[in-house]
Amino acid sequence: MTAQTCFHGRHIKPIVLDGLTGDNWRLADYEKRDGYVALRKMLADKATPDQVIAEVKKSALRGRGGAGFPTGLKWSFMPRQHPGPKYLVCNSDEGEPGTFKDRDILRYNPHSVIEGMVIAAYASGSTAGYNYIHGEIWPEYERFQVALDEAYGAGYLGRNILGSDFSFDLYTTHGFGAYICGEETALLESIEGKKGLPRFKPPFPAGYGLYGKPTTINNTETFATVPWILRHGGDAFVALGRPNNGGTKIFSVSGDVTSPGNYEIPLGTPFAQLLGLAGGMRGGRRLKAVIPGGSSMPVLPGETMMATDMDYDSIAKAGSMLGSGGVIVMDETRCMVRCLERLSYFYFEESCGQCTPCREGAGWLYRVVHRIEHGQGRMDDLGLLDSVAGNIIGRTICAFGDAAALPVRSFLKQFRGEFEHHIEHKRCLVPDYV
Amino acid sequence: MSALPESGETLSAEAWRQIDREVAKYPPQQKRSAIVAALAIAQDEVGWLPSWAIEAVASYLGMPPIAAYEVATFYSMFNLEPAGRFKLTLCTNLPCALSGATRAAAHLKARLGVDFEQTSSDRMFTLQEGECFGACGDAPVLLVNNKRMCSFLSDERLDQLLDELRRSG
Repeated sequence: MTAQTCFHGRHIKPIVLDGLTGDNWRLADYEKRDGYVALRKMLADKATPDQVIAEVKKSALRGRGGAGFPTGLKWSFMPRQHPGPKYLVCNSDEGEPGTFKDRDILRYNPHSVIEGMVIAAYASGSTAGYNYIHGEIWPEYERFQVALDEAYGAGYLGRNILGSDFSFDLYTTHGFGAYICGEETALLESIEGKKGLPRFKPPFPAGYGLYGKPTTINNTETFATVPWILRHGGDAFVALGRPNNGGTKIFSVSGDVTSPGNYEIPLGTPFAQLLGLAGGMRGGRRLKAVIPGGSSMPVLPGETMMATDMDYDSIAKAGSMLGSGGVIVMDETRCMVRCLERLSYFYFEESCGQCTPCREGAGWLYRVVHRIEHGQGRMDDLGLLDSVAGNIIGRTICAFGDAAALPVRSFLKQFRGEFEHHIEHKRCLVPDYV
Repeated sequence: MSALPESGETLSAEAWRQIDREVAKYPPQQKRSAIVAALAIAQDEVGWLPSWAIEAVASYLGMPPIAAYEVATFYSMFNLEPAGRFKLTLCTNLPCALSGATRAAAHLKARLGVDFEQTSSDRMFTLQEGECFGACGDAPVLLVNNKRMCSFLSDERLDQLLDELRRSG
């Protein structure tokens, strides 16, 4: 079995993963794919930052990291008349279980991220930038440095980019095994050389970010999408998807499918079609459950997903969130108690420990799910889980606490009978398959 | 290279050069931004992070030793005690578990005669349970000494990997 990850040719109208072979990641290859055309045109036309932001706003591009915040709006929050440095940060700390798209972008199309960042720096008035890369993907970190060196050599980075009066320096930096650093303010703390403890918001990074300076942070895929938007226009991007859900999105499909991998499709594509691209269910088994947006998002029953389209609004209407686009597929042989046990262990393991409700609550949730899974649960444990989850949600500095609690609530809501069966019969409703 | 701990131990000149390259990425007054990278460089050289290495790096970056200890203990890829020649970190998170990581974990434990967080009796392998590497499509995945990712690990491929590492170790 070899990595086919994004070379399967089963994308629909791809933008970011279009034409990639694994070997064509260098600068010359990127330029053959119209790379850096958008940057050249923007500088040659002397477009104003407001014009660039307006185009991105028109595209309805929403942040691809998980929160789905409108990108153009975020860029417009940067103070204009601020003296001294302003920063631009790329969040490539991809560690949301089920999500593995940014790794493919970084290793197979790194210049799309660099070009997107230079354009964003111009629009937001940033003077320097950092790409913070997940510590677990070291070859990608090293490759991104090679791509940066190429971009500097060609005049796309550094002083007076392409002969203009615009200057921007970009560096690469890395984490070393802390999920929480994917939270944007924890990431800033990490770049500052500290533990990754999320900050209170407000102030938001646009006012007080890296080293206390105005800072814009976007996800890798978000930046990689920007050059296409400037080349083809915001309207063309919206037209690819749906109103308020512009463009294509890369979905990382994992779990019980025939061909796990990354699939770039227009927002609004039916889930059933995405599942078909991934080769359908492994072994022809029946679909039971799907987490549509990375492990922090609520799980949905398979039949609900089969009637849902893959865009922000449709998935929200179905009761979950599009999140990072990490689609975890579970078949009929999977025990929902066991699946939740593993996820709850993850949040227990990764809580930064700063806020008491999350630090204590995540461990509490894990221990209770663990005892239900191991035949030691009591019927009032279900109420206890709900109560602990409810006492975490909204009571922590960052969204991690909600992320630990929401899967518990959703598994209980969607598959309560399975938990009751475990408690009542001290064993699993489905045969142990793994 | 300002700090030589009492033991006289320090990193190699090459390691300090690498650390200098990291420091150069940040504003002059923000040298401590390089601490994660500098500790990773130190760990690559020493094999783990003894206190002299943490303190030497802290001193070099002009930060209190306790601030460097905080970082070393916060990020899970740092080894705070000596590990085996090869640290094998297997992701067992849900997407990987759905694609064979549970089987791979059982196979590794049986072959090495250790549980997670243990080192084999010949000091060759330390087995660790990892959290998401962001490579779920390639499951099961494991990292060898943090930096080399091995993918699609059937039992057969795991055996090949262990043989290869034993020969090279």
